[in-house]
Amino acid sequence: METTNSNRQYFIAGFIILILLIYIAKLASLQIMENTYKRSADNNVFRHIIQYPSRGLIFDRNGDLLVYNQPVYDVIVVPNELEVFDTTEFCNIVNISKDELNKKLEEAKSYSRFKQTIIIQLLPFDKYGLLAEKLYKFRGFYTQTRTIRSYTKPIAASLLGYVGEVDDKMIKKNAYYKSGDYIGISGIEKSYENNLRGRKGINIFLVDVHNRLKGSYKDGKFDTLAVVGSNIVTSIDSKLQAYCELLLKNKKGSIVAIEPSTGEILALATSPTYDPNLLVGRERTDNYRKLLLDNEKPLFNRAIRAMYPPGSTFKPVNALIGLQEEVITAKTVLPCNGGYRVGSFHQHCHHGSAVTFTYSIQGSCNAYYSQVFMKILKNSKYESIGLAYKSWRDYLQKFGIGRKLNTDLINEVSGLVYSKEHYDKYFEVERRWKPLRLVSMAIGQGELGITPLQMANVTSAIANRGYYYIPHIVKNINRNDSIDNRFYQKQYVGIDSVYFEPVIEGMELVVKAGTARSAFLDNISICGKTGTAENPHGKDHSIFIAFAPRDNPKIAIAIFVENAGFGSTWAAPMSSLIIEKYINDSISRQYLEDRIINTNLMNPTK
Amino acid sequence: MRRTSNVISNIDWTTVAIYFILVILGWGNIYAAVYNEDHGNIFDITQRYGKQLIWISISIVLIILIFIIDSKAYDFFAYPAYLFMLIILIAVLLFGTKVHGARSWFEIGSIRIQPAEFAKLTTALALARFMSAYNFKITRINDLIKATVIIFTPSALIILQNDTGSALVYFSFIIVLYRGGLWSWIIALFAILGVLFVSALMIDVYYLTIILPILSILIFYIFERNIKAALVGLLVLISVNLVFIVGNIYFFNLPKSYILFLGIISTIIVLIYPVYINKIKNFALIASILIGSLFFTFSVDYLFHKVLEKHQRTRINVLLGLESDPTGVEYNVNQSKIAIGSGGFSGKGFLQGTQTKFDFVPEQDTDFIFCTVGEEWGFIGTSVIILLFMFLLLRLINMAERQKSRLSQFYGYGVISILFFHIVINIGMTIGLVPVIGIPLPFFSYGGSSLWSFTILLFIFIRFDASRIEQL
Repeated sequence: METTNSNRQYFIAGFIILILLIYIAKLASLQIMENTYKRSADNNVFRHIIQYPSRGLIFDRNGDLLVYNQPVYDVIVVPNELEVFDTTEFCNIVNISKDELNKKLEEAKSYSRFKQTIIIQLLPFDKYGLLAEKLYKFRGFYTQTRTIRSYTKPIAASLLGYVGEVDDKMIKKNAYYKSGDYIGISGIEKSYENNLRGRKGINIFLVDVHNRLKGSYKDGKFDTLAVVGSNIVTSIDSKLQAYCELLLKNKKGSIVAIEPSTGEILALATSPTYDPNLLVGRERTDNYRKLLLDNEKPLFNRAIRAMYPPGSTFKPVNALIGLQEEVITAKTVLPCNGGYRVGSFHQHCHHGSAVTFTYSIQGSCNAYYSQVFMKILKNSKYESIGLAYKSWRDYLQKFGIGRKLNTDLINEVSGLVYSKEHYDKYFEVERRWKPLRLVSMAIGQGELGITPLQMANVTSAIANRGYYYIPHIVKNINRNDSIDNRFYQKQYVGIDSVYFEPVIEGMELVVKAGTARSAFLDNISICGKTGTAENPHGKDHSIFIAFAPRDNPKIAIAIFVENAGFGSTWAAPMSSLIIEKYINDSISRQYLEDRIINTNLMNPTK
Repeated sequence: MRRTSNVISNIDWTTVAIYFILVILGWGNIYAAVYNEDHGNIFDITQRYGKQLIWISISIVLIILIFIIDSKAYDFFAYPAYLFMLIILIAVLLFGTKVHGARSWFEIGSIRIQPAEFAKLTTALALARFMSAYNFKITRINDLIKATVIIFTPSALIILQNDTGSALVYFSFIIVLYRGGLWSWIIALFAILGVLFVSALMIDVYYLTIILPILSILIFYIFERNIKAALVGLLVLISVNLVFIVGNIYFFNLPKSYILFLGIISTIIVLIYPVYINKIKNFALIASILIGSLFFTFSVDYLFHKVLEKHQRTRINVLLGLESDPTGVEYNVNQSKIAIGSGGFSGKGFLQGTQTKFDFVPEQDTDFIFCTVGEEWGFIGTSVIILLFMFLLLRLINMAERQKSRLSQFYGYGVISILFFHIVINIGMTIGLVPVIGIPLPFFSYGGSSLWSFTILLFIFIRFDASRIEQL
C-alpha cells in the first residue's frame, strides 16, 4: 500500500526491539546480578522481636533470696509515626531536658525513620505509670518492659557484682550480644554470666510499610523461645556475710570465711563497701562514677585484690615447711633471748632462752622462726640456698600463696612471692645469696603479698590437715551440683598430716593461753594465730587466722583490719565473734560486739 | 452470513490470544498485589481483583460489540467521535472529580471513568482518518500542521486537567507521522533536541556555550574537509571570546554564559564576509543550528528553573541523578527497585511477595503493578512479560503492513504508538530508567477505564484487520 516508506516499518520494529532489550538487560542486572536489593527487601519486611529472658536469681546457701529482678520500662520511638506533641509535658513526665529530647529524636531519625529506637532507658515504675496514662497524646512513642536487678539486702556488693549495658568491644567479640543488652560486669554476675543470662528468644515478624505487624514469618518456623536464666545458689551464708560487714563497718579491711570440708566461701567481706542497689537502673552510671572517685575505694574488693604481708599468721606455714623438710621436729627447742642476732642484725623478740615448738606458735616467737627459716634455706639437702628457697617457694605455691587460686571469683590477684630467678638477679652483685636479707619472710614480713582469700585458704588447709578445696562462691546452679569439677578435687599442700597436729596444738594454745586470749570461747575450741603486720602505710595491720572447732572444723577464717594495730586487739576478737555467730548462731559477749561495731578505725578521731 | 463467517475466520487469533494471556496475568498479579487473608477469594467483588474480573467481563462484551459493528462505521464515526471526545474533555475540566490532584474523572454513581483514556483512541482514529485522505501529503506544511493540531488538541486539554502523564502519550504519535512519510530530519531534529534538553539539565549552560561552538567547528570540518577554514574559525572564536571575557571583567560584569553567547554571535558576524568571499558552503546551516541549539538550551534552562514547579524539577533531577530525595520520589523508585530486585531469577512465588503486599511499593496494583511481577515471578516473569509485549507490538506492525486501506494501516500504527509508549514509560519508571509518570501498563494495571480503552483500541484494529480483504 504505502510503498514509498515501507522500509520504515523495520526502523520502527528495530527501535521497539532495541528499547525492550535494554529493559530486559536492566532487569537482568537488577534481579540477577545485584544482591543488595534482596537484603534491602529483608530489612524492609522482617522485624526481629527479641524476647528477653529474665535473669537467673541468686540465693544464699540457706536458700534466702539475695538478687532478683524488677520491671522497669524503656521508652521507644518510631520517628515516622511522630506527630506534633507537647514536648514540655513529655519532658516533665520522663524527667529529661528538651535539648536532650531533641538530640535523641534526631539520633533516632538518623538511625531509621521506620524502626524503633530506645530513647529513654529504665524508666522507674512510678514515672512509667504517669507516661502510660498519657501515652495516647504522644503518638509514635511506645514502652517496652525490661528487668533490672534488685537486692534483698545491702550486702556482698562486690561479691555479687553488677549488671550493665554491654559495650561495643563485647558486641564485636560475641555475636550473642546486641547493643542495649545487659551483661554481668563484675562479681558473680560476670563469672556466671552464661548461666544467669539464659538465652534470648527471637520472634520473626513481617511488617508493612507503616511498621505494622502483619503476622509471624512462616508461622514461627524460625522463631526461638527465650530460655530463662539459671538460678544460682551461692555458698554465702547471708547472715554471716551481713555480720562480717557489720563488724567491718568503719574499718578498712577484709574478712574471708571458708567451709574447710568443701572449700565453699561462707562470707567474703570487704570494707568500705557500697549498697548494691546503687548500681542499678538509671542512676547506675552516676553512682558508679561517684564510687569510682571515692577516696576510700569502695569498688576495690580487698578480699581478693589487696595484698598484705601476712605477719605472724605466716609462722604456722613456716613451721609446717620446717617439719616436712625435717630441719626441725616438734621437739626442737631454740633460744630466743630477746631476739635473733647475727652480727649487726637483730630481730627483736621477748622470750626466754628455751622456746619450745608449741610455744613458738603460742607466744609467736620471732627469733624461733628466724632460725627455722634459716635452717630451711641452709638445708644441706639442697646444693645452694637458691634451690632451698625455690623448694620453700614451691611449698607456698601448693598452699595457694603467690599464685591465683583459680576460684570462680573474677579478678583475684596472685599475690607476691618472688621467684628464685628474681633473687638470683638481686644477689648477682654480691655473687651469692645472702639469706639474712630474706629472713623477715620467716615472720611474714618483707617481700610477701597475700590476699585475705589466700590466707583463709591456708587456714582451711591447716584445718583439713593437709589439703584444701579450691574456694568457690557458687554452691550449685539450678539446684544441680553442676559447678566445675575442679571444686570437688582435694588439693594437697605437700605436708604430711602428722606434722599438722603440733602446729594446731600451738594454734589452740594461742587462743587458750597465748596472744589471742581475747578470742577465747569456752564452748568452741578455736585454733588461731595472730598477726601484726608492719607496713609502709601507717599503723600495723591487725590480722588473725583461725578455724574452729579443732576437730571436724566447720569454718576457717582470715581477717585483715588495716592500720588497726595488734592482731590480738581487733582481728582476733572479731573472728571469735564470727565463729560464735556461725557455729552457735548467737553472741554471748555483747560488750565485745558493741566495742567493735562502735569503733571507727578508718578515720580515727581520737 | 457469509460475510460474518468470513470476518471470524480472518480474525488474527494470535493477537487475541496474547491479549487474553496479558489480561489474565494482569488479573492474577492484581490479586497478588492486594491479596489479604480476610478476602482470599479471587472472585470477591468487594476487592479490586474481583472488580477487575467484572471489568474483564465487560471488555469481552465490548469486544463482541466491536466485531458486530461494520468496520466502515469506524471510518464514518472517526471525526464525530473525536469531536465528541473533545467536548467530554472540556466537560470533565468543568464538572469532573479531582483524584490525586488531577481533575480527570467523571463520577457516575460508584463508577469513575477517566475520559483521557478514551481520548487516545479517538485521536488515533481521527489521525488515521485524516492521514488516509486521498489528497493528504504529510510533507505539505498545511497538512502537517493539521495533523499536529489533531494530535495535540486533546493533549492540551488533558494538560489542563493536570494529568501530564496522559498528555505526554500523544507525543508517541510521531511514530504514525514517521511511518506516514514525515521527513527523517524532523525525527533527527527531535533526537538532537532531546539530547540538548537532557544536556541543558545535566551540564551547566556555561559549559554548553563552550562545547557547542567547538562541536560545530568539528562538524563543519567533517563535512567540508577544509582544515584551514576550521582553524581560522576556531582562532576567531577564541580571540573574540577572550576580548569579550576581558572586557566583561572591566566593564559589564554579566554572567559568563551570556558573554560567551554574545562572543559566539560576534564570531559568526565576523566570519560572514570571509565565508562569502571564499564561497564556503554549509556555514550558514551549521551556524544557524548552533544559534538555535543555544537558544534552545537557554530556554530549557530558563523553563526548568523558572517555570516548572518544584516537584516536577525534583522528579527530573532525581532521575538524572542530580538530586537525592530518599523520602519522596526516590523512595518510591527505590522501593520499586527493591521489590523487583528482590525477586531474583525465579521470584518468590505467587502470593509470596512481601514488598508489594505490605505496601512498601506505592500504587502496587495500578501504575506499579510490574513490581508484583518482578517480586513474585523474578527475572523469568519480567522478561516473559516484556517479550510478550514485544511479540504483540511486532505482530501489530506486521498486521499494519498488510492492511490494504491507509486508514487501518495508520490506525494500526496509532495503536502501536500508544501501547509502546505506555509499556516503555510504565516499566521504565519501575526500574528507574524514566521519570515517574503515572500511566498504566496496558492490560495489566487495575482499572476499568484503562482496560476498556486499551481493549477497544486493540480490537478495533483487529476488526479492521479481520475485514482487510474488503478494504479497497
